[in-house]
Amino acid sequence: MALLEVADLAAGYGETEILHGVSMRVEAGEIVTIIGPNGCGKSTLMKAIVGLVGVRAGRVSFRGDDISNRATERIVRDGLAYVPQSDNVFPSLTIRENLEMGAFTRKDDFRGRADEMFALFPDLGARPSLKAGNLSGGQRQMLAIARALMLDPELLLLDEPSAGLSPAMVGTTFERLRGVNGAGVSLLLVEQNARQALAMSDRGYVLAGGENRLDGPGRALLDDEEVARLYLGGRRSE
Amino acid sequence: MSAMNARRFLPAEWTGWHAAALIAALALLAGASPFVKMSLVVNGAVLGAIIALGAIGLTLIYGILNFANIAHGDYMTLGAYFTLFIVGGALSAVGIEGAGLGPFTFGYPVLLALPIAAAAVAAVAVGLDALIYRRLRERGAHAVVIAMSSLGVAIALRGLVQIVWSGDAQRLPRESRSVYHLPMDVRLPPDAIFAALAALALVSAVYIILTRTKMGKAMRATADNPQLARASGIEVQRVIRWTWAMGASLAATAGVLLAVYQAQMLPIMGWRFLIPLFAAAILGGIGNPYGALVGALTIGVASEVSTQWINPSYKPAVAFAILIAMLLARPRGLFGGSG
Repeated sequence: MALLEVADLAAGYGETEILHGVSMRVEAGEIVTIIGPNGCGKSTLMKAIVGLVGVRAGRVSFRGDDISNRATERIVRDGLAYVPQSDNVFPSLTIRENLEMGAFTRKDDFRGRADEMFALFPDLGARPSLKAGNLSGGQRQMLAIARALMLDPELLLLDEPSAGLSPAMVGTTFERLRGVNGAGVSLLLVEQNARQALAMSDRGYVLAGGENRLDGPGRALLDDEEVARLYLGGRRSE
Repeated sequence: MSAMNARRFLPAEWTGWHAAALIAALALLAGASPFVKMSLVVNGAVLGAIIALGAIGLTLIYGILNFANIAHGDYMTLGAYFTLFIVGGALSAVGIEGAGLGPFTFGYPVLLALPIAAAAVAAVAVGLDALIYRRLRERGAHAVVIAMSSLGVAIALRGLVQIVWSGDAQRLPRESRSVYHLPMDVRLPPDAIFAALAALALVSAVYIILTRTKMGKAMRATADNPQLARASGIEVQRVIRWTWAMGASLAATAGVLLAVYQAQMLPIMGWRFLIPLFAAAILGGIGNPYGALVGALTIGVASEVSTQWINPSYKPAVAFAILIAMLLARPRGLFGGSG
């Protein structure tokens, strides 16, 4: 049984349907990356999985439970965390308060887990009472990931974690994500930075026009001629 | 110690208190000058403290639901009349009566009734949200539609108050008390001191709730970003209920303090307060509770001091003029943009 299974998912906003029957899965322990052109529905797929966009047809199951159209709060509590692409921290709250909110449904003391996050992201631990609104782009991204990890999720969904970061920061972010995966958290990423993301992924999916286009092991997609031409910007080295 | 270090020892929202203290100091300075009567400054500050209680609830609800609650003033009215009902009905039926507690005109029954009335208004607000506003939100109704429905609620509440208690002025049981004569020709009734201190204590309590309790932090988080709040596992519906409960009970208390301060209550009292409430909330940057305190003090003092030169019946117009000037100059409020 896959950890996350999406079957023939249709979803959209208002009159517009964005996804027309997308299928995919994430196995326990995997890193899976979704790539595709702008507007192909990558972000919508993530939002539909966590219940922020209504599922119109098809099914999302997590550990075998049907979670389609379940309330986001419940999905998150059950171990599926989500980091949106932008506006992914609470700007008027401090770093520590952001982590506390990430742990909102934890009944125990959140501070132990927060200290683990400070160890994982030393930048955050240095000044925990700083307002998140005053952080740099890279620090914000780290805080967003740490916030999502506060509930000890089994699966972490990340929408463009490297968007807007400097090349050096992109490297650091991917390194941290690999560390998070090493600690037993499965990852599902949507990425523009397709080369680097696919390089560390077990498997990848290519979406186009709200439908599945291709899938396969991360390395195989990187080496695929069509993927390279259409989505990786040629075969030039990085 | 450098300024950077000093900032770390102060609460993250220190600017709100800082600005409030600055405005109070400026107002006192103006009052000490020969141009402005100190008594107007002092009365304005008392009024400002009462406005702050209403404006904080208004701004919190706006921050979380993006909804301008036009019925907020009528929650104030409801608070005053519920207190009247409890004092005159239930409490006096069991023999709890009295007025003229110490230097104050009102008696301890008012103090007993106030929290009960505040809780009752909180229940009304939570109930109205479940009955009307939540349904509209879930249907994806536009913010203007929801605001208009609250206009309907405002009119209905005022009408109900008028049906039950008539349109005539009502009074809480009172005994006359002497007024303090302070230097600079300031005459201050003890009731005003009570109202101002009670308002400040409650504003401080709100500050502690918002910065120290999990639910308070969740309110700020939801105001920052409701979708992210849900994605963090925060039960946004619960946060909304608590925000209504807090905002409405503050408004109800403001209504009682106003009734005490003005020595009477009218069904229209809260409705008349709506423009000062909105002006205070917008002045402080709508959605920002600390800004609302600063905005309220400014509006209170400015509209009171204006009566030195213009007819007192234009007081609401002064609040309105400040509101318009603010919207033209800094539409996001005094602290807008700083987060």
